[in-house]
Amino acid sequence: MTSPSTVTDTAAGGGMPPLLSLRGVNKSFGAVHVLQEVDFDAFPGQVTALVGDNGAGKSTLIKGIAGIYGFDSGSYSFDGHDVTVTSPKQANALGIEVVYQDLALCDNLDIVHNLFLGREITKHGRLDEATMERRAKETLAGLSVRTVKSIRQQVASLSGGQRQTVAIARSVLWNSKVVILDEPTAALGVAQTEQVLKLVRRLADNGLAVVLISHNLNDVFEVADSISVLYLGRMAAQVRAGEVNRNQVVELITGGRSGDLGLGPADALATSPGQRPDPTGPLGANVEAS
Amino acid sequence: MTTTLAPEEIETGTQPTIRDAVNDYLSRVRGGDVGALPAVLGLVALTIVFAALRPTTFTNAFNFANLIHQSAALIVIAMGLVFVLLLGEIDLSAGYAAGTGAAVMGIVLTRQGQPWYLAVLAGLATGAVIGACIGLLVSRLGIPSFVVTLAAFLGLQGVLLQLIGEGGTISLRDKTLLALNNNNLPVWGGWVLFVVVVAGYAAVTFSRATSRRKGGLHADATEIILAKVAVLAVLLGAATFFLSRERSRNAAVSSIKGVPEVVLLLLVLLVGLNFLLGRTSFGRHVYAVGGNAEAARRAGINVPRVRLICFVMCSTLAAVGGFLLASYDNSVSPTTGGSDTLLYAVGAAVIGGTSLFGGKGKVMDAVLGGLVIAVIINGMGLLNQPSAVVYMVTGIVLLVAASVDAISRRRAAATGRV
Ligand SMILES: Nc1ncnc2c1ncn2[C@@H]1O[C@H](COP(=O)(O)OP(=O)(O)OP(=O)(O)O)[C@@H](O)[C@H]1O
Ligand SMILES: [Mg+2]
Repeated sequence: MTSPSTVTDTAAGGGMPPLLSLRGVNKSFGAVHVLQEVDFDAFPGQVTALVGDNGAGKSTLIKGIAGIYGFDSGSYSFDGHDVTVTSPKQANALGIEVVYQDLALCDNLDIVHNLFLGREITKHGRLDEATMERRAKETLAGLSVRTVKSIRQQVASLSGGQRQTVAIARSVLWNSKVVILDEPTAALGVAQTEQVLKLVRRLADNGLAVVLISHNLNDVFEVADSISVLYLGRMAAQVRAGEVNRNQVVELITGGRSGDLGLGPADALATSPGQRPDPTGPLGANVEAS
Repeated sequence: MTTTLAPEEIETGTQPTIRDAVNDYLSRVRGGDVGALPAVLGLVALTIVFAALRPTTFTNAFNFANLIHQSAALIVIAMGLVFVLLLGEIDLSAGYAAGTGAAVMGIVLTRQGQPWYLAVLAGLATGAVIGACIGLLVSRLGIPSFVVTLAAFLGLQGVLLQLIGEGGTISLRDKTLLALNNNNLPVWGGWVLFVVVVAGYAAVTFSRATSRRKGGLHADATEIILAKVAVLAVLLGAATFFLSRERSRNAAVSSIKGVPEVVLLLLVLLVGLNFLLGRTSFGRHVYAVGGNAEAARRAGINVPRVRLICFVMCSTLAAVGGFLLASYDNSVSPTTGGSDTLLYAVGAAVIGGTSLFGGKGKVMDAVLGGLVIAVIINGMGLLNQPSAVVYMVTGIVLLVAASVDAISRRRAAATGRV
């Protein structure tokens, strides 16, 4: 099924071709059809917010993009070329980096070790600690990160925001083109959230395609250029942030449609096993509306 | 992030003074990062106690050399276990892997009449195959290592019995293998080894500090490095001097002096494995898998492969430990590597500071912990204590070590170190 009123990619991207583009993607876990015919685009220099209620399939979508597991069907194109991504290494090679919801950091290693984990710089087979440390410092400085005391600190000793910063810094150490952030501000206080959002904006301003998953519509409207709404595993709408208001997004998240935006009425009410429609209220439990 | 530091407060290339280094170390210890400290203190305390209780027998050169021979196998098996413990896994079969490796070596040597190096290769290959089987079952099928290695513990006990035969022994007659854990280097050889080790250590630490300083990075102060080198030189110098004295009761008939040959093997393993764990990507990946396997996987690390290699390392090193046991006993029997070998080896790694929770440990831990256990066994023996007491004391020491591990983890969690 195709979503009738999903805004076309060029409209959402403001005329630019998307860097990363998914068409008709499906993913099932056993009997649960988690992603159904999802279309998704991310544009260079822009923050694309990916929103949706709990269990809508946001994390599943980005894990597929990142090659943690492959999609069952659908097309995946990067920079205009069709690609197959079935392992994190392949995604990394394309320049796709993900900062996961459950931070993928090793507490027993220090900041430098974590930044280079899995892609250590070696010289004659030995770890080149000096080069890694220097590059780590440059990267943190380039992101205007001034809050870590020592980059030889173990990650366990960092605050939530600092850990998030390390995770984000790791995603831009490499010549990354797409950075995907899964709820980077979920556990953060006001000041730290602000700092991370600034960092997210800076990444996009540096020309990266940034995908931001968030339940916090304040955050979304603060930094996003376009908004993609997943509803029960289907892409309800992909719209420019300036062209919708908060209420419309809330309706899209909770009901799959808002006015003439979103899924058709039949689609919006269709449910798949294990998932529930929520047509009653405009405010979903986890959606912040103000 | 609520307190934003000024940029100049980020760690810069400024060189720390000795006082900074000492303060830093003390705050690390207070924060729960005790490292090798408990094992070193334990070793010193035990040595003082036994030396006071048995001034002549415990401290004489003969006993000192004997201590090294006794602990060598334990240390090597514990070195292998460090790899598995770092992953947060366990290998209960390492003791019988040692026995089986030694048995295969002995059979190839005596029943097949092959030269010693082929026998050693066969023994090593046996260890590697055992480790590969365990590693595959753990990493591919996802069976808990406790269960897999418990099965291997039982199975290999049977294999060993089958190979050697009920009540049988294979006696070793090969000179090279007997020399391995019985003979000594010539006195001059011991001193050459001493110079090489101290000079090598100094060269490596100095060149690392210099290159770091050149790159504008934090490095240990020269005084600190000099102090470390001096401490190492004094300790090793004293040990070498002690071992270079005549320790034969009847020197006219046969002279026994010099650093045991097995020390050379221990040093090579220590340096090599330390390099592997501390200075290569593979080593870094081992720590990462032990710290957070999911994070390691997402970082593109081949987690099953790392697990497999660690189990292969463990069983192969266990086989080396088995050769040392066989060499010390001049024979292989169905009990080689049996009874308490495995438990002592795990105890050694833990007493040395390797965490049973994974992600924390060093090869050096095996050496320190192995020495602690050997000193207990040896000293209690000299005190004519029955086995019952030796077991109880060893049990208490292990419990203390495990408590230190758990407590330091809690402190570490409280102060944000792991
Ligand atoms: N490995 C898995 N096996 C089975 N079901 C899964 C798996 N991963 C996710 N699911 C299911 O897929 C659906 C979507 O999950 P997903 O984690 O993608 O949601 P999400 O949009 O990220 O939610 P949240 O906002 O809570 O993070 C859920 O119903 C979940 O139970
Ligand atoms: Mg999620």
